[in-house]
Amino acid sequence: MKELSLNILDITENSVKAGATLTSILLTEADDTLEIKIVDDGCGMSEEVVKKVIDPFYTTRTTRDVGMGVPLFKLCAEQTGGSFSIVSRDKEHHPDSHGTTVSALFFKNHIDYTPLGDIVATITTLIQGHPDTDFLFRHQKGGGEVTLDTRELREVLGDVPLSEYDVIKWIEAYLNEQYLNL
Amino acid sequence: MKSLAELQAIRDKMKDKVVLREGVDERRVVVGMATCGISAGARPVLNAFVEGVNAEGLASKVSVTQTGCIGLCQYEPIVEVYEAGGKTTYVKMTAEKAKKVIDEHLKNGKVVSEYTLADK
Repeated sequence: MKELSLNILDITENSVKAGATLTSILLTEADDTLEIKIVDDGCGMSEEVVKKVIDPFYTTRTTRDVGMGVPLFKLCAEQTGGSFSIVSRDKEHHPDSHGTTVSALFFKNHIDYTPLGDIVATITTLIQGHPDTDFLFRHQKGGGEVTLDTRELREVLGDVPLSEYDVIKWIEAYLNEQYLNL
Repeated sequence: MKSLAELQAIRDKMKDKVVLREGVDERRVVVGMATCGISAGARPVLNAFVEGVNAEGLASKVSVTQTGCIGLCQYEPIVEVYEAGGKTTYVKMTAEKAKKVIDEHLKNGKVVSEYTLADK
């Protein structure tokens, strides 16, 4: 992956597939670190499966036997001297508090740090593809933040889907404007 | 500043259109967005279709959606076009190629065979 924002897109697709009603994408940036946290309330995974997903030869897909998404993201973090973790509570054992949290810490000054890239495109792509599920995006940096909560937009939009072109363009402009002030 | 009031205006404008749109797609564009697709460059391809379909005024007839792994990872980014009479599979797509597919296939119904799987 050429941009961390592409890893974020890929990992968040797993949350949507796990039936999440809300997926939070939380970025916290300090002088030399970036923490990326993806938190969902999807069906979760058993301890056994959590151990397996960091193995590239594990996948839920039926088209082939290799799942690279999580291992690639883990590698991206670890190659900067950072860390990676995945914590999950499955629906069967935690009917009231299930979901998965993927966290990764990156050292931005490391030569093998992958740039964040076009995170706004990742957010609009997620919303365009999954208009019926909610996303909370927050990027904190130097005391300021960029934020978007599709639950608030949904309240204003009523029956109009979030995937409508004009809505997506509004979201794009809304995020870009906030980034200008960050 | 972008405001929620603007979003309200979009809602008022779209309300009637949304009802009209349901079930009338002549063509459905599906972009593979699994790890294989994303790492091969599917995000800009998807955005090129979303932008192009709207710029060409095709939004009432063509929908653009996403799917997971199609199973031909070495040919990603893959775009499938569904329409009455069948499916066309475009492989190794780029934003540039998307423009041609919009112009020739989505607008005029002519398959761009040089980008299809059958031609590889």
